[in-house]
Amino acid sequence: MAEMRIKVGLGSCGMAAGARKTQEAIDAALSAAGSAVRAERTGCIGLCFAEPLVEVIDGDNSYFYGRVDAAKAEQIVNGHVIGGQVQHDLLLTDDEMAFLNRQQRIVLRNCGVIDPENIEHYIARGGYQALQKAVQDMTPEQIIEEIKISGLRGRGGAGFPTWFKWDACRKAEGEQKYIICNADEGDPGAFMDRSVLESDPHALLEGMAIAARAIGCNQGVIYVRAEYPLSIQRLELAMADARAKGYLGQNIFGSGWDFDIYIKAGAGAFVCGEETALLASLEGERGMPRLKPPFPAQKGFWQQPSNINNVETLANVAWIILNGGAAYAEFGTETSKGTKVFALAGKIKRGGLVEVPMGMTLREIIFEVGGGIKNDAEFKAVQMGGPSGGCIPASLLDTPVDYENINKTGAIMGSGGMIVMDSTTCMVDMARFFLDFTQKESCGKCVHCRIGTKRMLEILTRITKGEGKEGDVELLTQLGEDIKAGSLCGLGASAPNPALSTIRYFADEYKAHIEDKTCPAHSCRDLLTYYIRPDKCKGCTLCSRKCPTGAISGELREVFVIDQEKCIKCGNCAAVCRFDAVEVK
Amino acid sequence: MANVEQKVDLQLLQPILDEYAAKPGSLIMILQHTQGLYGYLPKDALKAISAATGIAPAKILGVASFYTQFRLQPVGKYLIMLCQGTACHVNGSEKISAIITEELGIKDGETTADGLFTLKHVACLGCCSLAPAMMINDEVYGNLTADSVRQVLKDLAAKGGAE
Repeated sequence: MAEMRIKVGLGSCGMAAGARKTQEAIDAALSAAGSAVRAERTGCIGLCFAEPLVEVIDGDNSYFYGRVDAAKAEQIVNGHVIGGQVQHDLLLTDDEMAFLNRQQRIVLRNCGVIDPENIEHYIARGGYQALQKAVQDMTPEQIIEEIKISGLRGRGGAGFPTWFKWDACRKAEGEQKYIICNADEGDPGAFMDRSVLESDPHALLEGMAIAARAIGCNQGVIYVRAEYPLSIQRLELAMADARAKGYLGQNIFGSGWDFDIYIKAGAGAFVCGEETALLASLEGERGMPRLKPPFPAQKGFWQQPSNINNVETLANVAWIILNGGAAYAEFGTETSKGTKVFALAGKIKRGGLVEVPMGMTLREIIFEVGGGIKNDAEFKAVQMGGPSGGCIPASLLDTPVDYENINKTGAIMGSGGMIVMDSTTCMVDMARFFLDFTQKESCGKCVHCRIGTKRMLEILTRITKGEGKEGDVELLTQLGEDIKAGSLCGLGASAPNPALSTIRYFADEYKAHIEDKTCPAHSCRDLLTYYIRPDKCKGCTLCSRKCPTGAISGELREVFVIDQEKCIKCGNCAAVCRFDAVEVK
Repeated sequence: MANVEQKVDLQLLQPILDEYAAKPGSLIMILQHTQGLYGYLPKDALKAISAATGIAPAKILGVASFYTQFRLQPVGKYLIMLCQGTACHVNGSEKISAIITEELGIKDGETTADGLFTLKHVACLGCCSLAPAMMINDEVYGNLTADSVRQVLKDLAAKGGAE
């Protein structure tokens, strides 16, 4: 019989879906069957919609089983691993596998493949060869040139050419330079950095070391969110293993060059994703942005030349050095080279992490890779760029995804979160939601951002409560433009985008809220009216028994009525009615 | 009980101060360790940090109040961090919050009278494909439904009450 291996995805997502129990069930079944095989740990392969995910490697073939609970785990072990029979009823369908097959995995090359806590796995996949090449066979200038050829741009959101930052920092004068990794992934809706940190921490460490070599520095810092405890734990372990192997520490590859990294846990502030705010936070201060110039490349951490890159950017670096910048640049479009990781979430059938070449259209990503909309509902919009981005409507689904084309839509590439929305999502509420976020996260330094976002939030809240006034949309637009112009950092400069982009594409919805006092998506509670259709009500009394305020009255087998004065619009009646008699307007 | 400042043993803090007080830029780290010890940042501990580092109390409070991680009040045994990210919002996190309030009688930022649970709304936890999601003491619970939330709370209440 061919050699069998069995892997369980143990990232945060998998564990939240119960992967630990799955792993225990597999091991129990294996041991009960007298097998010496044990479940292997791996990271996140990105198929979040099918977690807990189990992969059986049967000789040269690999089989993916999705949504594996304890019972299924036993079936897979006894049927496939012991019995040698593929359990077809539990396999992911071909359609679901399209999620993986349409991808081009560079950043995620090892995610879900290797055990993130075993450095030997990383080395077996070519790990640390790029660092050796960079240290022994290349000059720092050659490293930077290779990155320039690759066309790699910052994956944190702004899309600044990576080589340019490295070059500026290399040329800057200072006693102690720093390479800093921004792992403060705060964009609601983005989780690619967490996945890399949890599933392939060495890819980041190697990328950082190569960047450090290019810049000419020997100290690295990783600023990681405190909300990611598993990432911190796996990074610590990876750093200790890398030190033991001599990939970090003194005299790396006999070059006489020293480099090491330490971790600083962030304390929760979205604005710290902005690089100068991040520096302030690293220095133990309130995370408030500083005026640029001087740029961090000249005066950064402790006033020394510093280079700050995002996790995904750095996770590309080792692949580029090993395979050449030209190979990387073969993927993508004229201005946006390579691949990009996107986090698909919201009302999408197959949510998860995908890495595709730049230039793929939104339609391809959402419908072909992501499988379309949940329950085959109608696509309404996709939100890109989080609180700094915007909502892209159905009419623009054929937009190729690269920095320039997404900017044209009024959204931004951002870190790559894509939240898909259907007709039940209210666009005004979406704008309100993001303004609520940026208003809370504004550090307060700039008046426009601090007070302007609050005023915008007040107006949007009013509109969603049915108290919108004529002129509100114009006021929002004007405030938005002013905030963009009057804010120091990216947070303020982009905070109005969610409102501005929804006004641009969904003006009708604003109009419906303000003039007709209705919410077309049936989402804004204050604008809803629940009523019982006399033609459908059977008088079963269920709704009146479930109503928390006693607003529903009637006699058994007669038509029931809702007292609008008492109704708090909780929706319980609509949820429990078995005859679809409760209608919402 | 939850809002009453408790007497804390400042001796516990000494090793942290010995290690970090003299290092520049360590304030956030010191505060994180302090919160790790006491579960929140007691006023007396902040005073001790000020004395050891020479950083003005106002500045320490400024940093402590800037970041969402830090708490100036004790929290319950189980800290429910309910995700308010975009994907969770779109998938109904508001309803989940209402259910927690209904079950425990606490709103965002409050602690139950028995000191078992604190509810805190947080920005994205990064588990968007499992939305709606929450994290309780470093463990993530995803794909929440009204029933699953009630079950989790019930299990924890039984576990926490028994200890």
